[in-house]
Amino acid sequence: MMHPIERTEAELIAAVLEGDAASFEPLVEKYSPRLFATARRYARRESEVEDIVQEVWLKSFQKLGSFRGDAPFEHWLMRLAVRTCYDFLRNHRRNREDAFSELGESTEEWLDRLVSQPAGGDERADAARQLIARVLEKLSPPARLVVTLLEIEDRSLKEISKLTGWSVPLVKVRAFRARREMREILARIAKDKYL
Amino acid sequence: MNLNDLHKELIAAARSQLPGDRVPHTFEKRVMALLREPLAPDYREWWARGLWRAALACLAFMLLLGTLVLATPPRNSPSNDLSQDFENTMLASMNQDTDSTSTW
Repeated sequence: MMHPIERTEAELIAAVLEGDAASFEPLVEKYSPRLFATARRYARRESEVEDIVQEVWLKSFQKLGSFRGDAPFEHWLMRLAVRTCYDFLRNHRRNREDAFSELGESTEEWLDRLVSQPAGGDERADAARQLIARVLEKLSPPARLVVTLLEIEDRSLKEISKLTGWSVPLVKVRAFRARREMREILARIAKDKYL
Repeated sequence: MNLNDLHKELIAAARSQLPGDRVPHTFEKRVMALLREPLAPDYREWWARGLWRAALACLAFMLLLGTLVLATPPRNSPSNDLSQDFENTMLASMNQDTDSTSTW
């Protein structure tokens, strides 16, 4: 299939800024998979994931004038994506708090399954994945964001600072609190049974 | 079961599960259709921008006044007596009235 001469990102962005909205489409096509993967870390329902990614694209289109071009467009876009995901977590905090009062039988069931399976088995790994998904849902928004970025995605403090807009010391403080929060939740789930 | 071990196992499980990057069918088209629609005005942003501008203007005005006050040399006969100044100001209008009646 023949493609028209591919334009660089800088050219596409310049064209969008001059009023050619259609030049934004190649950027949407290129980066949407990455944005969906990011959003799926924070939202469970597909409709929520789509809303997040759509909002990221709307914001990026509106704020494209503030993109200076001294860093790759992808970095700028990911900052926007992480901050949109954080806003999403904060806006859905009420639901989380409702759920927090009861950790849920299913959470305990997953822990039962995890403990009953032999180490290294697929069943155990599956139970662990289900359990961590439930534990992450119980975390506060900053704790969930920092656990995801620092422990699951294995990013450095400096990277997290850039992505979130928080200072490095603030990231450290929030990471410390997040670990404590996570341990408290795990202890609540498991204290009577296994600890 | 140790809490540390449980924590590590759960984090390892989360790391092993990469989220899918599948994009729903025609998602790009829908986004582009939204972008081509005229955007609704963001009143909160306008308001915030206006407040920032007003704050900056006030700050500049304050700096200008401060500079003027500092740069203005003190008057030749400064009065250190505030009560006297206050009395003079209060009585100025009465003095003016007295002057005008004497003219008549």
